Amino acid sequence: MWPRISAAIVIVAATSALMLAQALPNPDGIDLSGSWAARNFTDAIGNMPGGGPRPVDYMGIPLNDIGRAWSLVYSQSQTSEPERICDYYAPTYIGIGPMGLRIWPESELLTGYTTAWMIGGWADFVPITIWMDGRPHPSQYAAHDKSGFTTGVWQDDVLVTNTTHMEASSIRRNGVPSSDRATMTARFSRHDDVLTVTVRIDDPVYLTEPYYLTRSFALSRAPLNPATHPCTVTNEGVEAERVPHYKPGQNPFVNELTELYGIPQEAVLGGAETALPEFRNTIKDKYVRPSKCVSVPVSTCGGPGTYPPID
Amino acid sequence: MEYRVRRSRARAFSLGAAGLLMVSALLAMQDEGRGQGRQNQPPASAKAVAPFDPTGYWSSLITQNWRLRMVPPGKGDYIGIPISAAGKKAADAWDQSKDEAAGNQCKAYGAPGLMNLPTHLHITWQDDNTLRVETDYGTQTRMLHFGSWTASQPRKRSWQGNSVAVWASRRGGRGGPPSARYLRIATTDLLAGYLRKNGVPYGENASLVEYVDLFKEPDGAALIIWTAVVDDPVNLETPYIISSQFKKQPNGSAWAPTPCSAGW
Repeated sequence: MWPRISAAIVIVAATSALMLAQALPNPDGIDLSGSWAARNFTDAIGNMPGGGPRPVDYMGIPLNDIGRAWSLVYSQSQTSEPERICDYYAPTYIGIGPMGLRIWPESELLTGYTTAWMIGGWADFVPITIWMDGRPHPSQYAAHDKSGFTTGVWQDDVLVTNTTHMEASSIRRNGVPSSDRATMTARFSRHDDVLTVTVRIDDPVYLTEPYYLTRSFALSRAPLNPATHPCTVTNEGVEAERVPHYKPGQNPFVNELTELYGIPQEAVLGGAETALPEFRNTIKDKYVRPSKCVSVPVSTCGGPGTYPPID
Repeated sequence: MEYRVRRSRARAFSLGAAGLLMVSALLAMQDEGRGQGRQNQPPASAKAVAPFDPTGYWSSLITQNWRLRMVPPGKGDYIGIPISAAGKKAADAWDQSKDEAAGNQCKAYGAPGLMNLPTHLHITWQDDNTLRVETDYGTQTRMLHFGSWTASQPRKRSWQGNSVAVWASRRGGRGGPPSARYLRIATTDLLAGYLRKNGVPYGENASLVEYVDLFKEPDGAALIIWTAVVDDPVNLETPYIISSQFKKQPNGSAWAPTPCSAGW
């Protein structure tokens, strides 16, 4: 009799263990995996494929005097220098670039525990690894690189990431700088099949307060290619030991937005106050509304076919 | 003797297992009873179950699309809007003076475009199931109705339409912590209006769904991210998805109501 009971106990225990294994808790948070097509309407100018913003367009950016001065000496030709050809492709590019996001989890095989979320690469933009296993950030003296170091936590089913150890780069694709002391917080907030990514950039060197950006994405059935070809240094003909730049007070584009769009200079040069509704009172009597869209180049006016539907 | 011990052990095991089953059954019944009790109670109000407190004064942070939002752009500037050929034809014919003559200065202040304008918000609970969202720019008021609210008949169109709101779960109704919810708003009964102050149109049959998140920063600051999805197969080639940022203000000192304007 006892051997039978023992056998029954063993069977029950084994079955229970098997059921328990099958009932492993789901990973934390919600599923962000998939191909998220960029819907670049929120910042059609900043995230515009190809051109991006005009050379001197700092409107809405909380620049301090140093950040403004550094922006104004910048020449777009710097991206032809071997040393700076890859400068834009820091993690901040997730907020200012035009690309969609391919996101997937890296999980432990036996437990399903998510050790990291991955954001795939795009062209010269390197993939981002968002560590979810609680590992600490490196020492402040550790090397900074193009990838930076990113950790994430779930807060109320929103993935909140923190990026440090970035190399100096840009927060707008016209040379507005970010320093190697900048940090980035990003919130990945999914609603149905719409993903809103809110980016906060803190930079004690060039900004007076946090700079916020948002981007929206729609879930796509057509897979985005997460491949990247690491930014390669090439010779684009800039002579050695020459850094293309404009001397202080000599940036030829400083009046461009005023001439093209009638926007007063104090708005063009940015500052935290330019992002607030009450700033309109400052420029109300100076703004001259263009009679029609200014095409520089033609595509900047938009129109049918500019934003194809996603699959 | 050994056999007896084994038999008594087996009996004890059987009794224990049976006891465990009974306790489990009792607990299950008790839980079921609690569930029925909950069903008999009136549903909690939207205000009572709000996962975050959206009330107070908020200010737009115009850090993106500045020249398209902070100042009225020129005619024909459609960058950032997936405008269709029909929409472009209508926008190309836009005439500010005609809107002013017809008393249509508020056409760019309808719900699909309102939150992306440079405005302050004043958000309050009108009652336990109605959230009131006022803007000083254009002096508009949106009423977000929770619960079993239905629009009065006959239905009437307006710039802000009729909005039904829910605290939605990010997990699509599959549970999760109550704090992980956001505000989802569906708006109908809109008057045709503009997505931008240069006459980019949306029709009265456009659909508007909005998602509202509130994030608190470690330094105590709070941010609302208001994402809108406008779908209008006539005037748009694809849904127009746009996010607007609002930063919490300590008080209403910056609140400055202005009337609708077809120009500035």
